[in-house]
Amino acid sequence: MSVDEKTVRRIAHLARIAVTDEEVPHLQGELNAILSFVEQLNEVNVEGVEPMTSVTPMVMKKRQDGVTDGGYPEKIVQNAPATEDNFFLVPKVVE
Amino acid sequence: MTELTHLTIAEARDGLKAKTFSATELTQAHVDAIAKARALNAYVLETPEKALAMAKASDEKIARGEGRALEGIPLGIKDLFCTEGVVSTAGSKILGNFTPPYESTVTRNLWNDGAVMLGKLNMDEFAMGSSNETSAFGPVVSPWRREGSNVSAGASGAIEGTHLVPGGSSGGSAAAVAAHLCLGATATDTGGSIRQPAAFTGTVGIKPTYGRVSRWGTVAFASSLDQAGPITRTVRDSAIMLASMASPDPKDTTCVDLPVPDFEAAISRGVKGLKIGIPKEYRIDGMSPEIEQLWHQGAEWLRAAGAEIVEVSLPHTKYALPAYYIVAPAEASSNLARYDGVRYGLRENGRDIVDLYEKSRAAGFGREVKRRIMIGTYVLSAGYYDAYYVRAQKLRTLIKRDFEEVYAQGVHAILTPATPSSAFGIGEKGSGDPVEMYLNDIFTVTVNMAGLPGIAVPAGLDAQGLPLGLQLIGRAFDEETLFAAGQVIEDSAGRIKLPQAWWA
Repeated sequence: MSVDEKTVRRIAHLARIAVTDEEVPHLQGELNAILSFVEQLNEVNVEGVEPMTSVTPMVMKKRQDGVTDGGYPEKIVQNAPATEDNFFLVPKVVE
Repeated sequence: MTELTHLTIAEARDGLKAKTFSATELTQAHVDAIAKARALNAYVLETPEKALAMAKASDEKIARGEGRALEGIPLGIKDLFCTEGVVSTAGSKILGNFTPPYESTVTRNLWNDGAVMLGKLNMDEFAMGSSNETSAFGPVVSPWRREGSNVSAGASGAIEGTHLVPGGSSGGSAAAVAAHLCLGATATDTGGSIRQPAAFTGTVGIKPTYGRVSRWGTVAFASSLDQAGPITRTVRDSAIMLASMASPDPKDTTCVDLPVPDFEAAISRGVKGLKIGIPKEYRIDGMSPEIEQLWHQGAEWLRAAGAEIVEVSLPHTKYALPAYYIVAPAEASSNLARYDGVRYGLRENGRDIVDLYEKSRAAGFGREVKRRIMIGTYVLSAGYYDAYYVRAQKLRTLIKRDFEEVYAQGVHAILTPATPSSAFGIGEKGSGDPVEMYLNDIFTVTVNMAGLPGIAVPAGLDAQGLPLGLQLIGRAFDEETLFAAGQVIEDSAGRIKLPQAWWA
């Protein structure tokens, strides 16, 4: 399978990465090189094989559903580019 | 007396205990060496004041007879580990001046054992790369040069001539350890990022079993593959450092609740009576005769030390790398969705929120990272999920099964080359076709896919005078056998003579 320019733009949008017109053909070439490399997986008969979900067999750890951390909103927002009263600021989302 | 920066961790530990020198003297020697080695670009952030304050605290502890396992040992920290109050970038512009208000479990464990932080080490952006060339802070220069090469530090302090890459993604870690700019360094490995740079720089690196080391506070790339481990100058030093880095951790549900063994004690076990497998599928077309010869030599060393060498088969080996280039980008596309220009890091304003996301991510991520996020997005998108992602996860089951079958035959560890070649020059690989660079990880990536431990140990030099490494792959949670067998290789090969400080 290979991707065309339209698909490259669609993937970029899904990935929320702006691409310029000049970048599209380069990305298309690179993505197609990778897709053609992974094509060889189709040689393998995977019928009846379970897809891996956990590489180390272990029982999932559980803990009491209790509050163990928090209460410091100023620390949470301290690295944000724009904040007000410990809220993150973004452009208007709902009209 | 040996220069303080040339000591091993074990030697420094003994010297500090015997009060032959102080932690402050040991740290100062490293701070000075780092300042003279800026042309190598191994450190992206030096923290000399913090280092000297930590060293002073260590000297006080030692004076009171309260020295801990790594008391006063100066280490470099890969910039993927979040360090409280110290900028952590993951080698990316998108994190900007991100200053974590918390400490990663790995670094917390090291400080709790008395280690000293010298600074943050350069790396490929988000650990995606095999040469340290994708770093937003520029490439790292390997301290190694080809025999007869013209590489030198010019009058301005810049490097002149075509220099070599230290490997990646833990390129800063490997270069700093090889150039004596720290006694040991933390590193991480998703597809080979500890073992390949260790092999390129004549250092030792171990990727422990998935789940041995906590991932909490380490910037995520591909969560089902990422593991942290040390890069050091000897096998013993790796054992010492891993024992401190590893711990159970309630903050990471994939981190196992197993006690950490005495890794250092394991290095003197030897390999008598062990069965070591040689996988025939690793004998790839076009492999250099030098690597083939070294691999054979490694098997002979282990045989001479009492191991039984057997040929084994791992039939799905060739599919590990293509399956990895589906699984790892898929997980990366999901993990890196958090960089949105809102909560931290770089922000480019847009006409609406989606425009803000798209512009911030376009400006903040480098080319390799964008490429991988887009591949990951594609293979997870509607209509392609089964054909790519589910198929790759099935392959992963088969790859793991190959190893399980070999271990079920009584094999204790597997010996392979660490890399298909020695270090290459900056700009030499992957500029046209990204897959050319990816092939560097052909011998290491299977280990991540199966969640197993793997160690790279320097085993010799090639005709250009550059180091080559051998890799040992172990059973899950049996790093001890890797330390034992790694020590046999180190003893048989003799410790590699690291380069003189031509850059200083």
